[in-house]
Amino acid sequence: MTGSPSEPYDLAVVGAGPAGLAGAVTAAELGLSTVLLDASGRPGGQYFRHPAPGLGATRPGALHHDWPAFTALRRRLAASDVTHLAHHHVWTVTRRAADDWTVHALTGPDGDDGKPVRIRARAVLLATGAHERHLPFPGWTLPGVVGAGGAQAMLKAGLVLPGRRVVVAGSGPLLLAVASSLTAAGAHVPEVVEAAGYLGYARHPRALATNPHKLVEAAVHGTALARHRVRLRPRSAVTAVHGTDRVEAVTVSRLGPDWRPLPGTGRRVPCDALAVGHGLVPQTELATGLGCATRRTPDGTDALLLDAWQETTVPGLWAAGETGGTGGWQLARVEGELAAVAVTARLRARPGLTTGRRVRDLARRRDRMRAFAEAMAAAHAPGAGWTGWLTDDTEVCRCEEVTAGRVREAVDDLGARDARTVKLLTRAGMGWCQGRMCGAAVAALAAAGRPDGAVPPSPARRPLAVPVPLAALAALPEDPDGPDGPEDH
Amino acid sequence: MARTPADLAGAEPDPPFEITFDGRPVPALPGQTIAAALWGAGILAWRTTRRTGRPRGAFCGIGQCFDCLATVNGERNRRACLTPARPGDTVTTQEGHGHDRLAV
Repeated sequence: MTGSPSEPYDLAVVGAGPAGLAGAVTAAELGLSTVLLDASGRPGGQYFRHPAPGLGATRPGALHHDWPAFTALRRRLAASDVTHLAHHHVWTVTRRAADDWTVHALTGPDGDDGKPVRIRARAVLLATGAHERHLPFPGWTLPGVVGAGGAQAMLKAGLVLPGRRVVVAGSGPLLLAVASSLTAAGAHVPEVVEAAGYLGYARHPRALATNPHKLVEAAVHGTALARHRVRLRPRSAVTAVHGTDRVEAVTVSRLGPDWRPLPGTGRRVPCDALAVGHGLVPQTELATGLGCATRRTPDGTDALLLDAWQETTVPGLWAAGETGGTGGWQLARVEGELAAVAVTARLRARPGLTTGRRVRDLARRRDRMRAFAEAMAAAHAPGAGWTGWLTDDTEVCRCEEVTAGRVREAVDDLGARDARTVKLLTRAGMGWCQGRMCGAAVAALAAAGRPDGAVPPSPARRPLAVPVPLAALAALPEDPDGPDGPEDH
Repeated sequence: MARTPADLAGAEPDPPFEITFDGRPVPALPGQTIAAALWGAGILAWRTTRRTGRPRGAFCGIGQCFDCLATVNGERNRRACLTPARPGDTVTTQEGHGHDRLAV
Protein backbone atom coordinates (compact mmCIF):
# COMPACT_ATOMS: atom_id res chain seq x y z
CA MET A 1 0.00 0.00 0.00
CA THR A 2 1.22 3.50 -0.80
CA GLY A 3 2.15 5.34 2.37
CA SER A 4 3.19 2.13 4.09
CA PRO A 5 6.76 1.93 5.37
CA SER A 6 7.87 0.22 2.17
CA GLU A 7 6.26 2.69 -0.22
CA PRO A 8 5.68 6.21 1.07
CA TYR A 9 3.45 8.74 -0.63
CA ASP A 10 5.21 11.51 -2.49
CA LEU A 11 3.24 14.17 -0.62
CA ALA A 12 1.15 14.26 2.54
CA VAL A 13 -1.10 17.32 2.82
CA VAL A 14 -2.49 18.20 6.27
CA GLY A 15 -5.77 20.11 6.09
CA ALA A 16 -8.47 20.08 3.39
CA GLY A 17 -9.37 23.76 3.33
CA PRO A 18 -8.74 25.89 0.25
CA ALA A 19 -4.92 25.71 0.62
CA GLY A 20 -4.74 21.97 1.23
CA LEU A 21 -7.32 21.12 -1.41
CA ALA A 22 -5.57 23.21 -4.05
CA GLY A 23 -2.21 21.77 -3.03
CA ALA A 24 -3.40 18.16 -3.10
CA VAL A 25 -5.21 18.29 -6.44
CA THR A 26 -2.40 20.24 -8.11
CA ALA A 27 0.22 17.78 -6.86
CA ALA A 28 -1.83 14.81 -8.04
CA GLU A 29 -2.41 16.44 -11.42
CA LEU A 30 1.36 16.89 -11.70
CA GLY A 31 1.80 13.15 -11.07
CA LEU A 32 2.63 12.96 -7.35
CA SER A 33 1.08 10.24 -5.23
CA THR A 34 -0.75 12.35 -2.69
CA VAL A 35 -2.58 11.79 0.57
CA LEU A 36 -4.83 14.46 2.10
CA LEU A 37 -5.56 14.21 5.83
CA ASP A 38 -8.30 16.31 7.40
CA ALA A 39 -10.02 16.39 10.78
CA SER A 40 -13.43 17.10 9.31
CA GLY A 41 -15.73 14.61 7.63
CA ARG A 42 -16.02 16.77 4.51
CA PRO A 43 -13.43 18.85 2.66
CA GLY A 44 -13.66 22.64 2.68
CA GLY A 45 -11.93 23.70 5.90
CA GLN A 46 -13.50 26.41 8.02
CA TYR A 47 -14.31 28.79 5.19
CA PHE A 48 -16.13 26.29 2.98
CA ARG A 49 -17.67 24.41 5.88
CA HIS A 50 -21.09 23.13 4.83
CA PRO A 51 -23.91 20.85 6.03
CA ALA A 52 -23.60 17.08 6.08
CA PRO A 53 -25.63 15.28 3.39
CA GLY A 54 -28.29 14.21 5.91
CA LEU A 55 -29.41 17.83 6.26
CA GLY A 56 -30.39 17.82 2.60
CA ALA A 57 -29.28 21.38 1.89
CA THR A 58 -30.46 22.18 -1.64
CA ARG A 59 -28.61 25.52 -1.44
CA PRO A 60 -25.43 24.58 0.47
CA GLY A 61 -23.71 27.63 -1.00
CA ALA A 62 -26.25 30.12 0.36
CA LEU A 63 -23.82 31.07 3.13
CA HIS A 64 -20.81 31.46 0.81
CA HIS A 65 -20.15 34.09 -1.84
CA ASP A 66 -17.68 31.85 -3.59
CA TRP A 67 -19.29 28.43 -3.50
CA PRO A 68 -18.54 27.57 -7.18
CA ALA A 69 -14.81 27.95 -6.49
CA PHE A 70 -15.12 25.26 -3.81
CA THR A 71 -17.22 22.89 -5.89
CA ALA A 72 -14.60 23.21 -8.65
CA LEU A 73 -11.88 22.13 -6.22
CA ARG A 74 -14.09 19.33 -4.92
CA ARG A 75 -14.68 18.05 -8.47
CA ARG A 76 -10.94 18.06 -9.13
CA LEU A 77 -10.43 16.11 -5.90
CA ALA A 78 -13.03 13.51 -6.90
CA ALA A 79 -11.45 13.15 -10.34
CA SER A 80 -7.92 12.85 -8.93
CA ASP A 81 -5.93 9.98 -7.47
CA VAL A 82 -5.62 11.83 -4.14
CA THR A 83 -6.23 9.57 -1.14
CA HIS A 84 -8.57 11.69 0.99
CA LEU A 85 -8.52 10.64 4.63
CA ALA A 86 -11.41 12.41 6.39
CA HIS A 87 -11.76 12.41 10.19
CA HIS A 88 -7.99 12.18 10.60
CA HIS A 89 -6.68 14.42 13.40
CA VAL A 90 -2.94 14.90 12.94
CA TRP A 91 -1.24 15.11 16.31
CA THR A 92 2.39 15.20 15.23
CA VAL A 93 4.67 15.09 12.20
CA THR A 94 8.13 13.55 12.49
CA ARG A 95 11.11 13.81 10.16
CA ARG A 96 13.82 11.27 9.53
CA ALA A 97 15.32 13.11 6.57
CA ALA A 98 14.31 15.94 4.24
CA ASP A 99 12.50 13.37 2.10
CA ASP A 100 11.32 10.97 4.78
CA TRP A 101 8.39 12.09 6.92
CA THR A 102 5.79 10.40 9.09
CA VAL A 103 2.40 11.95 9.81
CA HIS A 104 0.66 10.62 12.94
CA ALA A 105 -3.12 10.89 13.23
CA LEU A 106 -6.03 9.83 15.39
CA THR A 107 -9.20 8.85 13.58
CA GLY A 108 -12.92 9.40 14.10
CA PRO A 109 -15.13 12.52 14.22
CA ASP A 110 -13.78 13.46 17.66
CA GLY A 111 -10.51 11.51 17.24
CA ASP A 112 -12.23 8.88 19.32
CA ASP A 113 -12.29 5.63 17.40
CA GLY A 114 -9.08 4.28 18.92
CA LYS A 115 -7.38 3.47 15.61
CA PRO A 116 -4.32 5.71 15.26
CA VAL A 117 -2.50 5.76 11.93
CA ARG A 118 0.97 6.63 10.65
CA ILE A 119 1.44 7.82 7.09
CA ARG A 120 4.86 8.00 5.42
CA ALA A 121 5.60 10.61 2.77
CA ARG A 122 8.56 12.17 0.97
CA ALA A 123 7.29 15.71 1.52
CA VAL A 124 4.68 17.38 3.73
CA LEU A 125 2.45 20.38 3.02
CA LEU A 126 0.90 21.92 6.13
CA ALA A 127 -2.40 23.66 5.44
CA THR A 128 -3.73 23.65 8.98
CA GLY A 129 -5.38 27.06 8.83
CA ALA A 130 -6.09 29.19 11.85
CA HIS A 131 -8.25 29.43 14.92
CA GLU A 132 -9.86 32.54 16.30
CA ARG A 133 -8.01 34.94 18.56
CA HIS A 134 -9.84 35.90 21.73
CA LEU A 135 -9.31 38.80 24.07
CA PRO A 136 -11.19 38.21 27.32
CA PHE A 137 -13.66 40.67 28.84
CA PRO A 138 -15.93 40.54 31.89
CA GLY A 139 -18.59 37.88 31.32
CA TRP A 140 -17.14 36.23 28.23
CA THR A 141 -17.52 32.76 29.72
CA LEU A 142 -21.30 33.07 30.08
CA PRO A 143 -23.30 30.65 27.87
CA GLY A 144 -24.48 32.59 24.83
CA VAL A 145 -21.08 34.20 24.31
CA VAL A 146 -19.59 32.29 21.38
CA GLY A 147 -16.73 32.78 19.00
CA ALA A 148 -17.68 34.80 15.92
CA GLY A 149 -16.04 32.08 13.85
CA GLY A 150 -17.77 29.51 16.06
CA ALA A 151 -21.19 30.98 15.36
CA GLN A 152 -20.33 30.97 11.66
CA ALA A 153 -19.14 27.34 11.80
CA MET A 154 -22.22 26.12 13.69
CA LEU A 155 -24.44 27.96 11.22
CA LYS A 156 -22.65 26.73 8.09
CA ALA A 157 -22.50 23.08 9.16
CA GLY A 158 -25.35 22.60 11.60
CA LEU A 159 -27.83 25.24 10.36
CA VAL A 160 -28.32 26.59 13.89
CA LEU A 161 -28.00 29.94 15.66
CA PRO A 162 -26.93 30.68 19.25
CA GLY A 163 -29.84 33.09 19.69
CA ARG A 164 -32.32 35.32 17.89
CA ARG A 165 -30.77 38.67 18.75
CA VAL A 166 -27.02 38.44 18.38
CA VAL A 167 -24.48 41.23 18.93
CA VAL A 168 -21.31 40.72 16.85
CA ALA A 169 -18.13 42.16 18.38
CA GLY A 170 -14.35 42.13 18.39
CA SER A 171 -12.12 43.13 15.52
CA GLY A 172 -11.32 42.13 11.97
CA PRO A 173 -12.99 41.66 8.61
CA LEU A 174 -14.59 38.38 9.71
CA LEU A 175 -17.09 40.29 11.85
CA LEU A 176 -18.88 41.77 8.84
CA ALA A 177 -19.08 38.37 7.16
CA VAL A 178 -20.46 36.80 10.34
CA ALA A 179 -23.04 39.56 10.83
CA SER A 180 -24.05 39.18 7.21
CA SER A 181 -24.50 35.39 7.57
CA LEU A 182 -26.42 35.64 10.83
CA THR A 183 -28.88 38.17 9.42
CA ALA A 184 -29.34 36.14 6.24
CA ALA A 185 -30.20 33.14 8.42
CA GLY A 186 -32.89 35.03 10.31
CA ALA A 187 -31.11 36.41 13.37
CA HIS A 188 -31.39 40.07 14.29
CA VAL A 189 -27.97 41.68 14.72
CA PRO A 190 -28.53 45.00 16.49
CA GLU A 191 -24.88 46.06 16.33
CA VAL A 192 -21.48 45.12 14.95
CA VAL A 193 -18.98 46.38 17.52
CA GLU A 194 -15.48 46.83 16.05
CA ALA A 195 -12.56 47.86 18.24
CA ALA A 196 -10.52 49.31 15.39
CA GLY A 197 -11.46 52.29 13.25
CA TYR A 198 -12.13 51.33 9.66
CA LEU A 199 -10.13 54.39 8.64
CA GLY A 200 -7.08 52.22 9.27
CA TYR A 201 -7.54 50.79 5.78
CA ALA A 202 -7.10 54.26 4.32
CA ARG A 203 -3.46 54.17 5.32
CA HIS A 204 -2.89 51.44 2.72
CA PRO A 205 -4.46 52.82 -0.47
CA ARG A 206 -2.12 50.87 -2.72
CA ALA A 207 -2.95 47.48 -1.22
CA LEU A 208 -6.66 48.29 -1.48
CA ALA A 209 -6.46 49.55 -5.05
CA THR A 210 -4.71 46.40 -6.25
CA ASN A 211 -7.24 44.09 -4.54
CA PRO A 212 -10.59 45.36 -5.86
CA HIS A 213 -12.33 42.03 -5.08
CA LYS A 214 -11.91 42.81 -1.40
CA LEU A 215 -13.70 46.14 -1.83
CA VAL A 216 -16.53 44.35 -3.62
CA GLU A 217 -16.79 41.86 -0.75
CA ALA A 218 -16.92 44.69 1.78
CA ALA A 219 -19.60 46.46 -0.28
CA VAL A 220 -21.70 43.27 -0.46
CA HIS A 221 -21.56 42.84 3.32
CA GLY A 222 -22.15 46.56 3.86
CA THR A 223 -25.25 46.57 1.67
CA ALA A 224 -26.67 43.46 3.35
CA LEU A 225 -26.07 44.93 6.79
CA ALA A 226 -27.64 48.28 5.88
CA ARG A 227 -30.72 46.45 4.56
CA HIS A 228 -31.10 44.67 7.91
CA ARG A 229 -30.54 47.91 9.87
CA VAL A 230 -27.39 46.62 11.50
CA ARG A 231 -25.53 49.45 13.22
CA LEU A 232 -21.77 49.50 12.82
CA ARG A 233 -19.96 50.77 15.94
CA PRO A 234 -16.27 51.34 15.23
CA ARG A 235 -13.79 52.13 18.03
CA SER A 236 -16.02 50.31 20.51
CA ALA A 237 -15.94 47.08 22.47
CA VAL A 238 -18.15 44.89 24.61
CA THR A 239 -16.86 45.57 28.13
CA ALA A 240 -19.40 43.57 30.13
CA VAL A 241 -21.91 40.76 29.65
CA HIS A 242 -25.07 40.62 31.75
CA GLY A 243 -27.08 37.57 32.77
CA THR A 244 -26.93 34.81 35.36
CA ASP A 245 -26.84 31.56 33.43
CA ARG A 246 -26.99 32.98 29.92
CA VAL A 247 -26.59 36.25 28.06
CA GLU A 248 -29.32 38.85 28.57
CA ALA A 249 -27.49 42.01 27.50
CA VAL A 250 -24.04 43.43 26.89
CA THR A 251 -22.41 46.76 27.69
CA VAL A 252 -20.77 48.46 24.72
CA SER A 253 -18.18 51.15 25.49
CA ARG A 254 -16.30 53.57 23.28
CA LEU A 255 -12.55 53.05 22.99
CA GLY A 256 -9.66 55.47 22.77
CA PRO A 257 -7.15 55.07 19.95
CA ASP A 258 -5.18 52.46 21.94
CA TRP A 259 -8.41 50.49 22.64
CA ARG A 260 -8.60 51.69 26.24
CA PRO A 261 -12.31 51.95 27.17
CA LEU A 262 -13.46 55.52 27.74
CA PRO A 263 -15.09 55.85 31.18
CA GLY A 264 -18.76 56.73 31.24
CA THR A 265 -19.44 55.72 27.63
CA GLY A 266 -21.06 52.32 28.36
CA ARG A 267 -24.45 51.57 26.79
CA ARG A 268 -26.52 48.50 27.56
CA VAL A 269 -27.64 46.52 24.50
CA PRO A 270 -30.21 43.74 25.09
CA CYS A 271 -29.41 40.50 23.24
CA ASP A 272 -29.53 36.74 23.82
CA ALA A 273 -26.14 35.94 22.30
CA LEU A 274 -22.81 37.57 21.55
CA ALA A 275 -20.52 36.40 18.74
CA VAL A 276 -17.02 37.69 19.38
CA GLY A 277 -13.52 37.35 17.92
CA HIS A 278 -10.37 39.41 17.44
CA GLY A 279 -8.81 38.07 14.28
CA LEU A 280 -7.19 34.72 13.60
CA VAL A 281 -4.16 32.88 14.96
CA PRO A 282 -2.20 30.67 12.52
CA GLN A 283 -2.10 27.02 13.61
CA THR A 284 1.60 26.40 13.53
CA GLU A 285 2.26 23.81 16.23
CA LEU A 286 2.99 20.89 13.88
CA ALA A 287 5.72 23.01 12.27
CA THR A 288 7.17 24.74 15.32
CA GLY A 289 7.53 21.32 16.93
CA LEU A 290 9.95 20.53 14.08
CA GLY A 291 11.91 23.73 14.61
CA CYS A 292 10.41 25.87 11.84
CA ALA A 293 11.08 29.59 12.23
CA THR A 294 8.18 32.01 12.62
CA ARG A 295 7.60 35.68 11.93
CA ARG A 296 5.53 38.26 13.79
CA THR A 297 2.60 39.44 11.67
CA PRO A 298 1.39 43.07 11.75
CA ASP A 299 -1.55 42.08 13.98
CA GLY A 300 0.71 40.46 16.54
CA THR A 301 0.37 36.75 15.79
CA ASP A 302 3.21 34.35 14.98
CA ALA A 303 3.04 32.80 11.50
CA LEU A 304 5.39 30.39 9.76
CA LEU A 305 8.33 32.00 7.97
CA LEU A 306 8.15 30.84 4.35
CA ASP A 307 10.33 31.35 1.31
CA ALA A 308 9.11 32.38 -2.15
CA TRP A 309 8.14 28.74 -2.81
CA GLN A 310 6.13 28.29 0.39
CA GLU A 311 8.81 26.12 2.00
CA THR A 312 9.38 26.47 5.74
CA THR A 313 12.86 26.85 7.19
CA VAL A 314 12.93 23.05 7.62
CA PRO A 315 13.66 21.56 4.17
CA GLY A 316 11.00 19.19 2.89
CA LEU A 317 8.20 20.84 4.86
CA TRP A 318 5.98 23.30 3.00
CA ALA A 319 3.05 25.41 4.23
CA ALA A 320 0.19 27.28 2.58
CA GLY A 321 -2.73 29.42 3.65
CA GLU A 322 -3.30 30.87 7.11
CA THR A 323 -0.37 28.96 8.67
CA GLY A 324 1.83 31.55 6.97
CA GLY A 325 -0.37 34.47 8.10
CA THR A 326 -4.06 35.22 7.80
CA GLY A 327 -5.03 36.18 4.27
CA GLY A 328 -8.31 34.61 3.21
CA TRP A 329 -9.32 31.68 1.05
CA GLN A 330 -8.20 33.07 -2.33
CA LEU A 331 -4.65 33.60 -1.10
CA ALA A 332 -4.73 30.16 0.51
CA ARG A 333 -5.74 28.51 -2.76
CA VAL A 334 -2.97 30.24 -4.70
CA GLU A 335 -0.38 29.33 -2.07
CA GLY A 336 -1.48 25.70 -2.05
CA GLU A 337 -1.08 25.50 -5.79
CA LEU A 338 2.34 27.19 -5.68
CA ALA A 339 3.53 24.84 -2.96
CA ALA A 340 2.41 21.79 -4.93
CA VAL A 341 4.37 22.97 -7.97
CA ALA A 342 7.45 23.57 -5.82
CA VAL A 343 7.20 20.14 -4.18
CA THR A 344 6.90 18.48 -7.58
CA ALA A 345 9.88 20.41 -8.92
CA ARG A 346 11.95 19.19 -5.95
CA LEU A 347 10.86 15.56 -5.85
CA ARG A 348 10.93 15.05 -9.62
CA ALA A 349 14.05 17.20 -10.15
CA ARG A 350 12.14 19.39 -12.60
CA PRO A 351 13.30 22.94 -11.84
CA GLY A 352 11.69 24.06 -15.09
CA LEU A 353 8.29 23.74 -13.42
CA THR A 354 9.00 26.80 -11.29
CA THR A 355 9.85 29.17 -14.13
CA GLY A 356 6.74 28.88 -16.29
CA ARG A 357 4.22 31.62 -16.88
CA ARG A 358 1.56 29.92 -14.73
CA VAL A 359 3.87 29.96 -11.76
CA ARG A 360 4.97 33.55 -12.28
CA ASP A 361 1.33 34.56 -12.42
CA LEU A 362 0.53 32.62 -9.23
CA ALA A 363 3.47 34.17 -7.40
CA ARG A 364 2.40 37.66 -8.47
CA ARG A 365 -1.15 37.07 -7.23
CA ARG A 366 0.18 35.63 -4.00
CA ASP A 367 2.38 38.66 -3.36
CA ARG A 368 -0.44 41.10 -4.12
CA MET A 369 -2.94 39.36 -1.83
CA ARG A 370 -0.34 38.89 0.90
CA ALA A 371 0.38 42.64 0.85
CA PHE A 372 -3.34 43.33 1.25
CA ALA A 373 -3.60 40.82 4.10
CA GLU A 374 -0.75 42.48 5.98
CA ALA A 375 -2.39 45.90 5.55
CA MET A 376 -5.66 44.53 6.93
CA ALA A 377 -3.81 42.90 9.81
CA ALA A 378 -2.13 46.18 10.71
CA ALA A 379 -5.49 47.97 10.77
CA HIS A 380 -6.90 45.42 13.25
CA ALA A 381 -3.85 44.96 15.50
CA PRO A 382 -5.10 45.06 19.10
CA GLY A 383 -4.28 48.32 20.86
CA ALA A 384 -2.33 47.91 24.09
CA GLY A 385 -5.12 49.53 26.09
CA TRP A 386 -7.52 46.60 25.68
CA THR A 387 -6.39 45.19 29.03
CA GLY A 388 -8.12 48.23 30.55
CA TRP A 389 -11.49 46.50 30.20
CA LEU A 390 -10.42 43.53 32.34
CA THR A 391 -11.59 43.40 35.94
CA ASP A 392 -9.55 41.37 38.43
CA ASP A 393 -12.20 38.66 38.47
CA THR A 394 -12.45 38.36 34.66
CA GLU A 395 -11.52 34.84 33.67
CA VAL A 396 -8.61 34.85 31.23
CA CYS A 397 -7.96 31.10 30.90
CA ARG A 398 -11.31 29.44 30.28
CA CYS A 399 -10.08 25.88 30.86
CA GLU A 400 -8.32 26.40 34.18
CA GLU A 401 -10.54 29.29 35.32
CA VAL A 402 -7.59 31.60 35.94
CA THR A 403 -8.59 35.23 36.46
CA ALA A 404 -6.89 38.40 35.26
CA GLY A 405 -6.18 39.19 38.91
CA ARG A 406 -4.14 36.00 39.32
CA VAL A 407 -2.25 36.60 36.08
CA ARG A 408 -1.45 40.17 37.17
CA GLU A 409 -0.29 38.87 40.54
CA ALA A 410 2.10 36.52 38.73
CA VAL A 411 3.43 39.47 36.73
CA ASP A 412 3.43 42.23 39.35
CA ASP A 413 4.36 40.27 42.48
CA LEU A 414 6.14 37.18 41.20
CA GLY A 415 8.04 38.70 38.28
CA ALA A 416 6.64 36.71 35.34
CA ARG A 417 7.57 38.41 32.07
CA ASP A 418 6.29 35.91 29.49
CA ALA A 419 3.34 33.60 28.91
CA ARG A 420 5.29 30.47 29.79
CA THR A 421 6.22 31.74 33.25
CA VAL A 422 2.63 32.88 33.88
CA LYS A 423 1.50 29.39 32.89
CA LEU A 424 3.87 27.73 35.33
CA LEU A 425 2.75 30.03 38.15
CA THR A 426 -1.01 30.08 37.51
CA ARG A 427 -1.88 27.17 35.16
CA ALA A 428 -3.19 29.71 32.58
CA GLY A 429 -2.81 27.94 29.24
CA MET A 430 -2.29 24.51 30.79
CA GLY A 431 -5.77 23.13 30.21
CA TRP A 432 -7.56 21.25 27.46
CA CYS A 433 -7.10 23.87 24.74
CA GLN A 434 -3.40 24.27 25.53
CA GLY A 435 -3.59 28.05 25.51
CA ARG A 436 -5.29 28.41 22.15
CA MET A 437 -8.04 30.57 23.66
CA CYS A 438 -6.07 32.55 26.28
CA GLY A 439 -2.58 32.60 24.75
CA ALA A 440 -2.77 36.04 23.16
CA ALA A 441 -4.23 37.59 26.32
CA VAL A 442 -1.75 36.00 28.70
CA ALA A 443 1.18 37.07 26.50
CA ALA A 444 -0.11 40.66 26.48
CA LEU A 445 -0.62 40.73 30.25
CA ALA A 446 2.85 39.29 30.84
CA ALA A 447 4.40 41.85 28.49
CA ALA A 448 2.99 44.64 30.66
CA GLY A 449 5.74 43.78 33.12
CA ARG A 450 8.54 44.27 30.57
CA PRO A 451 10.40 47.57 30.29
CA ASP A 452 9.48 47.98 26.61
CA GLY A 453 6.01 46.42 26.99
CA ALA A 454 6.62 44.37 23.83
CA VAL A 455 5.22 40.86 23.54
CA PRO A 456 8.12 38.47 22.93
CA PRO A 457 7.68 35.88 20.17
CA SER A 458 5.90 32.90 21.65
CA PRO A 459 4.97 30.61 18.78
CA ALA A 460 2.73 27.72 19.69
CA ARG A 461 4.67 24.93 21.37
CA ARG A 462 2.41 21.94 21.67
CA PRO A 463 4.23 18.64 21.25
CA LEU A 464 0.83 16.99 20.85
CA ALA A 465 -1.38 19.05 18.55
CA VAL A 466 -4.53 17.24 19.71
CA PRO A 467 -5.20 15.28 22.93
CA VAL A 468 -3.95 11.73 22.50
CA PRO A 469 -5.30 8.98 24.77
CA LEU A 470 -2.52 6.75 26.06
CA ALA A 471 -4.58 3.79 24.84
CA ALA A 472 -4.25 5.13 21.29
CA LEU A 473 -0.47 5.27 21.59
CA ALA A 474 -0.41 1.77 23.01
CA ALA A 475 -2.52 0.58 20.07
CA LEU A 476 0.03 1.76 17.50
CA PRO A 477 1.53 -1.08 15.49
CA GLU A 478 5.30 -1.30 15.79
CA ASP A 479 7.09 0.84 13.23
CA PRO A 480 9.34 -1.57 11.33
CA ASP A 481 11.67 1.31 10.49
CA GLY A 482 11.47 2.86 13.94
CA PRO A 483 14.26 3.15 16.47
CA ASP A 484 14.11 -0.58 17.19
CA GLY A 485 13.48 -1.52 13.57
CA PRO A 486 15.77 -3.02 10.95
CA GLU A 487 17.28 0.33 9.87
CA ASP A 488 19.14 0.66 13.13
CA HIS A 489 20.49 -2.85 13.23
CA MET B 1 -35.97 36.91 3.42
CA ALA B 2 -35.05 33.58 5.00
CA ARG B 3 -36.40 33.22 8.53
CA THR B 4 -34.32 30.26 9.63
CA PRO B 5 -30.94 28.82 8.67
CA ALA B 6 -32.73 25.78 7.24
CA ASP B 7 -34.83 28.02 4.96
CA LEU B 8 -31.70 29.82 3.83
CA ALA B 9 -29.91 26.60 2.87
CA GLY B 10 -33.05 25.09 1.36
CA ALA B 11 -32.73 22.17 3.74
CA GLU B 12 -34.82 19.11 2.99
CA PRO B 13 -33.43 16.88 5.73
CA ASP B 14 -34.01 13.21 6.32
CA PRO B 15 -36.54 12.61 9.14
CA PRO B 16 -35.51 13.97 12.57
CA PHE B 17 -34.75 11.65 15.46
CA GLU B 18 -34.53 12.04 19.19
CA ILE B 19 -31.66 12.27 21.60
CA THR B 20 -31.95 13.07 25.28
CA PHE B 21 -30.26 15.79 27.29
CA ASP B 22 -30.33 15.23 31.06
CA GLY B 23 -33.33 13.00 30.47
CA ARG B 24 -35.27 15.49 28.38
CA PRO B 25 -36.01 14.62 24.72
CA VAL B 26 -34.29 16.85 22.14
CA PRO B 27 -34.91 16.58 18.40
CA ALA B 28 -31.90 16.24 16.10
CA LEU B 29 -31.50 16.21 12.35
CA PRO B 30 -29.31 13.69 10.53
CA GLY B 31 -25.93 15.30 9.93
CA GLN B 32 -26.05 17.59 12.96
CA THR B 33 -23.52 17.42 15.74
CA ILE B 34 -24.70 17.06 19.31
CA ALA B 35 -23.87 20.75 19.89
CA ALA B 36 -25.96 21.77 16.86
CA ALA B 37 -28.93 19.70 18.05
CA LEU B 38 -28.69 21.29 21.52
CA TRP B 39 -28.43 24.82 20.09
CA GLY B 40 -31.42 23.99 17.91
CA ALA B 41 -33.38 23.28 21.09
CA GLY B 42 -32.20 26.52 22.69
CA ILE B 43 -29.76 24.75 25.03
CA LEU B 44 -26.46 26.61 25.32
CA ALA B 45 -24.75 24.92 28.31
CA TRP B 46 -23.98 21.25 28.99
CA ARG B 47 -20.94 21.29 31.23
CA THR B 48 -20.07 22.81 34.59
CA THR B 49 -16.54 23.93 35.34
CA ARG B 50 -14.26 22.14 37.77
CA ARG B 51 -13.50 24.98 40.17
CA THR B 52 -16.54 27.22 40.30
CA GLY B 53 -19.21 24.96 38.79
CA ARG B 54 -20.18 27.54 36.17
CA PRO B 55 -22.14 26.50 33.06
CA ARG B 56 -20.37 26.19 29.70
CA GLY B 57 -21.25 25.07 26.18
CA ALA B 58 -19.94 25.45 22.64
CA PHE B 59 -17.61 28.41 22.17
CA CYS B 60 -15.18 27.96 19.26
CA GLY B 61 -17.45 25.58 17.36
CA ILE B 62 -14.50 23.90 15.59
CA GLY B 63 -13.06 21.49 18.15
CA GLN B 64 -10.30 23.77 19.47
CA CYS B 65 -11.49 25.17 22.80
CA PHE B 66 -12.85 22.01 24.52
CA ASP B 67 -15.49 24.10 26.30
CA CYS B 68 -18.26 21.95 24.79
CA LEU B 69 -17.19 18.71 26.48
CA ALA B 70 -20.19 16.56 27.32
CA THR B 71 -20.87 13.09 28.59
CA VAL B 72 -22.32 11.09 25.69
CA ASN B 73 -23.71 7.61 26.30
CA GLY B 74 -21.73 7.52 29.53
CA GLU B 75 -18.46 8.51 27.89
CA ARG B 76 -17.03 11.73 29.29
CA ASN B 77 -15.12 14.52 27.59
CA ARG B 78 -16.65 14.19 24.13
CA ARG B 79 -16.43 17.37 22.08
CA ALA B 80 -20.11 18.00 21.34
CA CYS B 81 -19.25 20.31 18.42
CA LEU B 82 -17.49 17.45 16.60
CA THR B 83 -19.50 14.44 17.69
CA PRO B 84 -22.36 13.56 15.33
CA ALA B 85 -25.74 13.08 16.98
CA ARG B 86 -27.06 9.52 16.62
CA PRO B 87 -30.59 8.30 17.33
CA GLY B 88 -31.02 7.52 21.01
CA ASP B 89 -27.85 9.28 22.18
CA THR B 90 -27.94 10.06 25.88
CA VAL B 91 -26.22 13.37 26.58
CA THR B 92 -25.71 14.43 30.17
CA THR B 93 -24.24 17.56 31.69
CA GLN B 94 -20.62 16.90 32.49
CA GLU B 95 -19.88 18.08 36.00
CA GLY B 96 -16.29 18.88 36.81
CA HIS B 97 -13.54 16.95 35.11
CA GLY B 98 -13.37 13.55 33.52
CA HIS B 99 -9.85 12.27 33.34
CA ASP B 100 -10.64 8.91 31.88
CA ARG B 101 -10.18 9.87 28.21
CA LEU B 102 -7.96 12.90 27.86
CA ALA B 103 -4.49 11.65 28.50
CA VAL B 104 -2.55 14.89 28.20
